[in-house]
Amino acid sequence: MSAAAIRPEERLAVAIARLVLDPEAPPARHVAIGAASPIPAAACFLVRALGHPLRVSLQQRRTANPFSEGSRELFDLAGQGRIDLFFLGGGQIDGQANINLIGTGEWPGREARFPGSFGSALMYFLTPRTILFREEHSPRVLVPRVDIVSAPGVSPPGVYRRGTAQALVTGRCVFRFHPERARFSLLSLHPGETVESVRAATGFDFDIPAHVPPTPEPTEQELALLRGPVRETMLEPYPEFCARVFDRKSAA
Amino acid sequence: MTPISLEALAAEVPDGALVAMPPDYSLPASALARALVRRGARGLRLLGVPILGYAADLLIGAGCVAEVETSAVTLGEAGFAPRFTAAVRAGTLRLRDATCPAIHTMLQAAEKGVPFMPLRGLIGSDILAHRPDWKVAPNPFAPPGAEDPIVLLPALRPDIAIFHAAMADAEGNVWVGRRREIATAAHAARRSLVTVERVVAGNLLEDERLAPGVISALYVAAVAVAERGAWPCGLLDAYAPDGAHLAEYARLARTEEGFREYCARYVLAGASAAAAAA
Repeated sequence: MSAAAIRPEERLAVAIARLVLDPEAPPARHVAIGAASPIPAAACFLVRALGHPLRVSLQQRRTANPFSEGSRELFDLAGQGRIDLFFLGGGQIDGQANINLIGTGEWPGREARFPGSFGSALMYFLTPRTILFREEHSPRVLVPRVDIVSAPGVSPPGVYRRGTAQALVTGRCVFRFHPERARFSLLSLHPGETVESVRAATGFDFDIPAHVPPTPEPTEQELALLRGPVRETMLEPYPEFCARVFDRKSAA
Repeated sequence: MTPISLEALAAEVPDGALVAMPPDYSLPASALARALVRRGARGLRLLGVPILGYAADLLIGAGCVAEVETSAVTLGEAGFAPRFTAAVRAGTLRLRDATCPAIHTMLQAAEKGVPFMPLRGLIGSDILAHRPDWKVAPNPFAPPGAEDPIVLLPALRPDIAIFHAAMADAEGNVWVGRRREIATAAHAARRSLVTVERVVAGNLLEDERLAPGVISALYVAAVAVAERGAWPCGLLDAYAPDGAHLAEYARLARTEEGFREYCARYVLAGASAAAAAA
């Protein structure tokens, strides 16, 4: 196989795939993925390519959409507990795993307006686990407290909630989320990062274990699958991503 | 039902109407939105089913919109919706933020003719904090002694639903395929104004394979033929989105001046200019 350098997107996809397969997390049989999430999609297709049974529903496919009841079916499935895992991002994410997809400054985002909350204010509550994903890891994104809460990271007792964030994956590291204390801890560092560099780029406080390992390198098998069958599956729903991440490399 | 012209369809949307609209990935009535800009519509209240895209950004930029209720406004891969973003920053738009399933649920309540429906989630979100019209009540079916607050959403009945369907038949039935959320919007709205790619002979409801994707003429007030009427967005498996054009829109609409240039080139020149560009 090609000895091409490992691209950051490939590392992130592999890191997410390992979180999907984490035996300590609730089982993932069905994952739903939005249109703006090519890296999480690649991660889930990699999990499948590794031989694990996982139903992957791409929510916004124009053709061959997995749903036949329109865009409400995703939320009806989540309402029933038929979606095990979902991915969310945020214009801002804080140390209690609150996410803000609305904007900064005064309501409703008078300083900088983001597109909006989409389905997050339901999905975050009803999915047994959510993986938060945001490539940009900077103090403007990872803030002490979000300006506006699209969906809260934890809920008080008595409020119906099936799950919380499992982890937050960024371009610098992986954090694990601990709902019982509503805090993140540093799980692993991507190449080139240190505890200090992550601390400097993070606006919120987080726990640091005595030993923080590097994010495991993708194996040859994982890379071969990503660049082979996963890429083929991704071509139709995520053409621009495939052109940018995979084709450039295969041409190099 | 005899189809009317696109401009006549736009004239059926009164100023100030509450208009339910699909986003770019569903069945967007892009050609009708351009016709509404040409007609100089004012004070429209847009409802995203459940989010909004190009057509809404165009109407906002052209000053046709007073209020927006939606779960997001986005141009997808072309990025943020620039005229929406500018209007929120300027404070010129009344904006009611929602979340996708809440909009589906409010329309489903209207479809059923019941006053409200419950929905999970939302408790602790600032969306709920800014919606005095949404209420939290104890689940009346919870086991005795159990605390189970749940959000109640009022039925939402749009004045008009607008969307672009693949086809209509001679009876005025329209086919939307698997986009059932648009069928729900049509069922909930007082009337639907529909653009279609083409009109086919016969009755779609007599075809067992097509009938599940049909919205009955019962709900449809008027139909206009607009070939490639979703452009620059895509339509089901009929045509793909015109990514280059959406990127051009996103670039031009970043400024007021650029937006006016876009409108002069693609909107105000008439329906034929947009079709020719496609």
